[in-house]
Amino acid sequence: MAVTTMAKAINAGLRKALENDPKVLLMGEDIGKLGGVFRVTDGLQKDFGEARVIDSPLAESGIVGTAVGLAMRGFRPVVEIQFDGFVFPAFDQIVTQVAKHNARSAGRTPMPITIRIPYGGGIGAVEHHSESPEAYFAHTAGLRVISPSNPADAFAMVQQAIACDDPVVFFEPKRRYWDKADVDESLDLATAPSPFRARVVRPGTSVTVVCYGPMVRTCLEAASAAAAEGIELEVVDLRSMSPLDVDTVAASVRRTGRLVVVHEAPVFLGVGAELAARITETCFYSLEAPVLRVGGYHTPYPPARLEEDYLPDLDRVLDAVDRSLAF
Amino acid sequence: MTADGGPELVQLLTPEGERVHHPDYDVELTPDQLRGLYRDLVLVRRVDAEATALQRQGELGLWAQCVGQEAAQVGSGRALAPGDFAFPTYREHGVAWSRGVQPLQLLGLFRGVTNGGWDPHEHNMALYTIVIGDQTLHAVGYAMGMQRDGDDSAVICYFGDGASSQGDVNEAFVFSAVYNAPVVFFCQNNQWAISEPLERQTRIPLYRRADGFGFPGVRVDGNDVLAVLAVTQAALAAAREGQGPTLIEAFTYRMGAHTTSDDPTRYRVAADLEAWKLKDPIERLKVYLARNGWAGHEWFAEIEAEAEALAVDLRRGCREMPEPEKTSMFDHVYAEPHALVDEERAQFEAYHASFVGGGH
Ligand SMILES: Cc1ncc(C[n+]2csc(CCOP(=O)(O)OP(=O)(O)O)c2C)c(N)n1
Repeated sequence: MAVTTMAKAINAGLRKALENDPKVLLMGEDIGKLGGVFRVTDGLQKDFGEARVIDSPLAESGIVGTAVGLAMRGFRPVVEIQFDGFVFPAFDQIVTQVAKHNARSAGRTPMPITIRIPYGGGIGAVEHHSESPEAYFAHTAGLRVISPSNPADAFAMVQQAIACDDPVVFFEPKRRYWDKADVDESLDLATAPSPFRARVVRPGTSVTVVCYGPMVRTCLEAASAAAAEGIELEVVDLRSMSPLDVDTVAASVRRTGRLVVVHEAPVFLGVGAELAARITETCFYSLEAPVLRVGGYHTPYPPARLEEDYLPDLDRVLDAVDRSLAF
Repeated sequence: MTADGGPELVQLLTPEGERVHHPDYDVELTPDQLRGLYRDLVLVRRVDAEATALQRQGELGLWAQCVGQEAAQVGSGRALAPGDFAFPTYREHGVAWSRGVQPLQLLGLFRGVTNGGWDPHEHNMALYTIVIGDQTLHAVGYAMGMQRDGDDSAVICYFGDGASSQGDVNEAFVFSAVYNAPVVFFCQNNQWAISEPLERQTRIPLYRRADGFGFPGVRVDGNDVLAVLAVTQAALAAAREGQGPTLIEAFTYRMGAHTTSDDPTRYRVAADLEAWKLKDPIERLKVYLARNGWAGHEWFAEIEAEAEALAVDLRRGCREMPEPEKTSMFDHVYAEPHALVDEERAQFEAYHASFVGGGH
C-alpha cells in the first residue's frame, strides 16, 4: 500500500499494462518526453521506448483511426485525447468504426482500444477544456464507458480497461488527478471487482445519491454534511456508464426509497435521465419521491469565472436531497 | 530541426539588420511606415509580456505567449486591407493588434470572463479558436462567400505547424483548391506543438505541402517583418485576382513556453533558444532604422514609454474587468427563445434567491 495521487495511480496502471503485455502500446499528443500535459504518462517513454509510447502527430482522428488498424493487427492501443473538448475530431472514428467493428465482423475483429480522456471542469481552464461528453459515447452501442473516482479505482480500472476486449472510453476526472489515497499495487486483477459494476461507497438509509467520477468526492462531502443533520445518504459510485449497473442502484433505492443522480454533464438527455427512467420502471413501488437530477445546464460550459455556479456543489446536492425528502 | 530555413527562405532584412533583395518579393516602405512597424512590434511584445505577468499574478487563468512571433503576426496583419477577414487560432495577438482588437479584449478569454471577447464583424477578425485547425475550414467558407458576393477582398487564416497534421486543415486545402477560394493560409511554423518538434508532424518543409493540393507554397523568414509583409501582400493580391489560395509558411520560433501552464525545459534545449534570440524580429528592425538614421535614441525611448503606458493600462483594465453576471451563461445559447434554457434559468434564479441574503 502506498499513498499516491490519481495521476500517479493511472501512471502505475499503465506501466503494469505495458510490462505485462508486449502488445499494449500508448499513443497520443505530448505523451512521450513531456509525459502528457497532466504528466499521467511521465517516464513511460523513457522506460518502454518510442515504439511503445508514441508521440503522435496532432491529429485525433489519426490517433484513433490508426489505433483501429493496430488493434486489427493484434495490438492493444491505449490512446490519450489531451482534453475532453478535443475528442470530437476523432468522434467519427470512435462511434462509426471503433464501436461497430466487433458487430460488423461477427466478433472477428474486436477493438480492444482504451481511449483515455481527462474530463470535467473545476480547474479554471479556457473553453473546450472542461467538458463532460460521456453521454455521447454511452449512447453508442459497442463502446464501454467508465470513470474512476479515486486513485485505487483508477489504478485497477485503467488496467481492466486495457485488458477488456471491447473498446473502453476511460474518462479521467481531471480535477481529481491530485487527490491522494492508498493504492495497492500488488492488486490481483483477476479477483478485483469488475470496473463495469457500481459500488456503494457510503451506506445510508435516507436517500440514495448516485454519482461518478469527479462528483463522488462532492457527494461524499455532502453526505458528511447531511449526517451532521441526521440525514444518512447512501452514496453509490456508478463507475460505469455503459454498461449501466442498474441492479446495484435499484437495490439501494429499494432500501432508501429515494434517488438523486448527480453528474457534471448537462442533465438534459444525460446518464441521469436513463437512470431515472430505469429506476422508475424497476422500483416504482419502492419510490417515495420522484427521481431527481443534479447536473450541468443546457448551455455551453461557461467561462471559468462562472464555473462554480455551473458545477454541482455540495449545496446543490443537499438541496436536491431536501427536495426528495420533502415529498 | 530548428535549422536556418534553407535557401528557399524569403528574406528582406537579415538578422544583422541588412536590407537584402529578393527576385520575387519586395516592399518599398517610407521611414514613417518602417517606424510604424517597429512600434507595432514593440507594443505587441509589451502586451504579451504584461499578460504573462498578469497570469503569474493570478489575474489570468492562462496566457499563450507570442514572443518571438511578432514579425510574422504584425507583418501579415499589416498586409491586410480593411475589407479582408482574418481567422486566428489562439496566439495571434499581433494580428489582433493590427485589426484594432484592443489588447484588453484578448484578455477576457484568458481571464475566464468570456468565451469570446470581440465582435468579429467590427474587426473583420473571427474569435480565437482553441480546437486545433477548426478555423481553417471556416476561413475557406468565408472566402467562398466573398467569391459569391463578388467582393474582391481576401481571407487570411492562421494555424501552427502542429495544426498542419489535422484532417480539417487538409480538408481546407482541398476545398480552397477546388473552388479556387481567395484565401491565404498562414502557417506559423514556430517549430513546436507543445512538446512535439516539427519532425513529429512532417517529413518535408510545410510550405511544400501546398504542391500536393495544387496551389503555391512559400517559406518566408517569419522573424523578418518586411519579408512577411511582402509575401503576404503578394499572396493576398493573387487571391483577390482570382488565382486562389497560397500557403505561406512563416519560419519562426516560439521563444516562450507553449502557454503559461507549460514547462519547455522538459523537452527542449536551451541552445536553440539562444540561437533564435540572435534572429529576434525587433532587434533587426531597430538596427536597420538606426543605421539609416531614420530613428534615434529619443524616438526609441518614446516608444518604450508608450509601451510602458500601455502595460499600465492593461494591468488596470484587467484587474477592473467586471465579473460576468451569473445568469449570463444562459444568454445567447440560442438566437431564438428555447423553453429548456428558459426553464433552467428560472430554476437557477430561484435556487440562488433561496439563499438568505443572496450571498451565495
Ligand atoms: C483538436 C485539438 N487537439 C489538441 C489540442 C491541445 N493543444 C493545444 S495547442 C496544441 C499544440 C499546437 O501546436 P501548433 O499547431 O504548432 O501551434 P502553436 O501552439 O505552436 O502556435 C495542442 C496539442 C487542441 N487545442 N485541439
